[in-house]
Amino acid sequence: MDGYVLAQHRAHSFYPVFDRKPDAQHQTHYCPGCGHGILHKLIARAIDELGIQDRTIFVSPVGCAVFGYYYFDVGNIQAAHGRAAAVATAVKRTRPQSIVISYQGDGDLAAIGSAEILHAANRGEPITVFFVNNAIYGMTGGQVAPTTPVGAKSTTTPFGRSVENEGYPLRVCELLAALEAPIYLERVALGNNKQITAAARAVKKALEIQVKGLGFSLVEILSPCPTVWKMTPVEAQRHVRDELAAIFPAGVYRDRSKDAVPWNAPARPPGDVRGMLGIAPSNGKKPAPPGTFVDQRIKIAGFGGQGVLLLGEILAEAGMRAGLEVSWLPSYGPEMRSGASNCSVRLSTAPLDSPVVSSPNVLMALNEPSLRKFLPDVEPGGAVFYNRTALPEDCRRQDVHFILRPFTELADELGDARAGNMVLLGAFLQMSRALPLEAVGAALAHMIPSERLRALDLEALERGRQLVKEILP
Amino acid sequence: MPSQLMKGNEALMKGAILAGCRAFYGYPITPANEIAETAALYLPQLGGVFLQAESEVAAINMCYGAAAAGARVMTASSGPGISLMQEGVSYLAGAELPCVIADLMRGGPGLGNIHPEQSDYFQVVKGGGHGCYRNLVLAPASVQEMAELTMLAFDLAEEYRNPVFVLADGCVGQMMEPVEFPEVMKVTGAPEWAVTGTAATRHNLIHSIHLEPADLERHIRHLETKYKRAGREILRFEEWRTEDAEVVLVGYGIVSRVLKAAVERLRRRGIAAGLLRPITLFPFPSAALRRLSARAKLFVTVEMSTGQMVEDVRLALEGRAPVEFYGRVGGIIPAAEEVSDFVVRLLTLPQVEEERAWMAMF
Repeated sequence: MDGYVLAQHRAHSFYPVFDRKPDAQHQTHYCPGCGHGILHKLIARAIDELGIQDRTIFVSPVGCAVFGYYYFDVGNIQAAHGRAAAVATAVKRTRPQSIVISYQGDGDLAAIGSAEILHAANRGEPITVFFVNNAIYGMTGGQVAPTTPVGAKSTTTPFGRSVENEGYPLRVCELLAALEAPIYLERVALGNNKQITAAARAVKKALEIQVKGLGFSLVEILSPCPTVWKMTPVEAQRHVRDELAAIFPAGVYRDRSKDAVPWNAPARPPGDVRGMLGIAPSNGKKPAPPGTFVDQRIKIAGFGGQGVLLLGEILAEAGMRAGLEVSWLPSYGPEMRSGASNCSVRLSTAPLDSPVVSSPNVLMALNEPSLRKFLPDVEPGGAVFYNRTALPEDCRRQDVHFILRPFTELADELGDARAGNMVLLGAFLQMSRALPLEAVGAALAHMIPSERLRALDLEALERGRQLVKEILP
Repeated sequence: MPSQLMKGNEALMKGAILAGCRAFYGYPITPANEIAETAALYLPQLGGVFLQAESEVAAINMCYGAAAAGARVMTASSGPGISLMQEGVSYLAGAELPCVIADLMRGGPGLGNIHPEQSDYFQVVKGGGHGCYRNLVLAPASVQEMAELTMLAFDLAEEYRNPVFVLADGCVGQMMEPVEFPEVMKVTGAPEWAVTGTAATRHNLIHSIHLEPADLERHIRHLETKYKRAGREILRFEEWRTEDAEVVLVGYGIVSRVLKAAVERLRRRGIAAGLLRPITLFPFPSAALRRLSARAKLFVTVEMSTGQMVEDVRLALEGRAPVEFYGRVGGIIPAAEEVSDFVVRLLTLPQVEEERAWMAMF
């Protein structure tokens, strides 16, 4: 090396030999004059200077930089096309002490990954994104990118990008600057040495922000692609300087690094996990089932607010406590939000097959639409509890037993119309004798924490039982 | 013994937490929402991560990142959301990352509806994403199994370094049944291959790209070896009244429970019926089916689909016995009586041919 002074050593964060590369392991796979090589060097140097090599996790994109892991001697994860920001989000959340770099091109970040980058930035993920904008798809051979200048030819805009067909170039820094969360957004260029020096400062600053835990940082790098642009490296640098920089002005679009404060997740001591999850301790053995055969297939239906689902849950809870096989299945989804509500409950001494009750032997209809909807399904010989004293004219059946009482009004007389479901439950218990009263009491004690409401429920239950005693003494 | 009533979706997530899951990335979809809601309630309190992503695409790639960084991670979705996740699942399999994915199947195609179906069998059991990979697939049929099989799923995912699906339908997720959680509470560290941002893991690499054809073939053969090993080691199925069965009903998930009632009905009519319920859908209990064909003269597959798993039943039996199919779709759960009636018609009436022709239209 006589006559030479080694001004810059290889960054330690680069592998000395690119063992992961199949061939030519002393040179990168990038074309002469490509911006990726320059930017890789700036990033590796910044990692060295900040002393974060062991902590760094480099998420490489799909695109020319897919092989970032050939070169960077740091933890490496290769992501699906466009998803590097989502991958980096979860890496950082899993390992908050790590320094996570999401390295993405313009197709990856600004087209297919536009949702992921927007939301990662908007959540203020404390990661660092290096966005290489060379205004073209390089790896796939020169297709139009969201950042391609208007009029520029590409393999998929053979007549030039037109505003009518492809729209205008997408300006990512300006777009993200509309968000509240990002701490640092800057656009730099690799058009000459002066610009490269400025880019080096931005790269290091973006990483420093992450080291300090301040929040989201992104540096957009206008980068030459001589091969696809069909230019010499020198022409390509000039193109970056003169053409791209005119469309994508360099500059700082956001810098809140002075005001931002590091955010640290509060430490959470591991407590009693099972207790927190509400997991009941094992109760030893199951209570013995009742001696008599039970097979109640119950459909409960009404308006939201009538306690339809709760009534079903109490039946299932009581059934379980009485040693029966039980299941509870609610109606769910849009149906639930339209105001109508129904559920199916099965109580059985035999193992249950389906929790769906298609032909109930008990229908509890708390309003008229429910009666109309489910009455035709009731099995002959079944029982129908309806919340009125009379049936609608056109809703008659001779082959089922009707219990017609204004359960809701009776509950209202007791002080709370919402206990109408409990009046009905009392009537059912008295009539079917499928469940012992103690089991229902235990279920209520378990499910209704308020003593006042529970007292009211028990009173309503008793009122319901009296109703049936009046009918069937 | 089972001691508390719980929704299937809630039991699934609580089982996951007991199995050491501390990361959940998801996107809302009915009928899987209670899983994410349970995760959102507990994981942050346990020092874990819950994040509602901007899409299922982002969610599955977040799972990829979390798994790469060594977290026990899961997501949950349903039909359309699972379709969106398929590319990410392929990446998980290709990069050999463990992840548990719960699919609470709903009606399709397209927006379909939110009622239960079993129409994601193809897209989950047959791969769904691109490339030669398989998911390990567990199919719970009760709230108890929602908890237990999810716990198993985490261990399998880590052991095989592969995505594991818990494939249930909306019905199993929404219903409440008694459940008892096993007395375990796992806290797992990062696997040694994970990229955790430490000196010890600095040389670790997670990727799925193999440019050289010979390299990629070697990688795919390696994956294939794992799937064959799974076939030997993790196969699970339930046989019920098959010891003398001449008619074997085949169904999984909620349908298998209907089929037990159908078996009873058939036996009351003097037909020696039994049930084979696959618990693992991949690997599939092919050998068990072949064994049963020594006695059984008819196999009837019942699904809440127009016939997806039935293809695996036919492949397993290789023509040893006729395989008929009965399916309901759109959110309708077949009733035991319609299944038993169908079987009786198959065994007795000439109009069977007509019915077969009608079913074949679908």
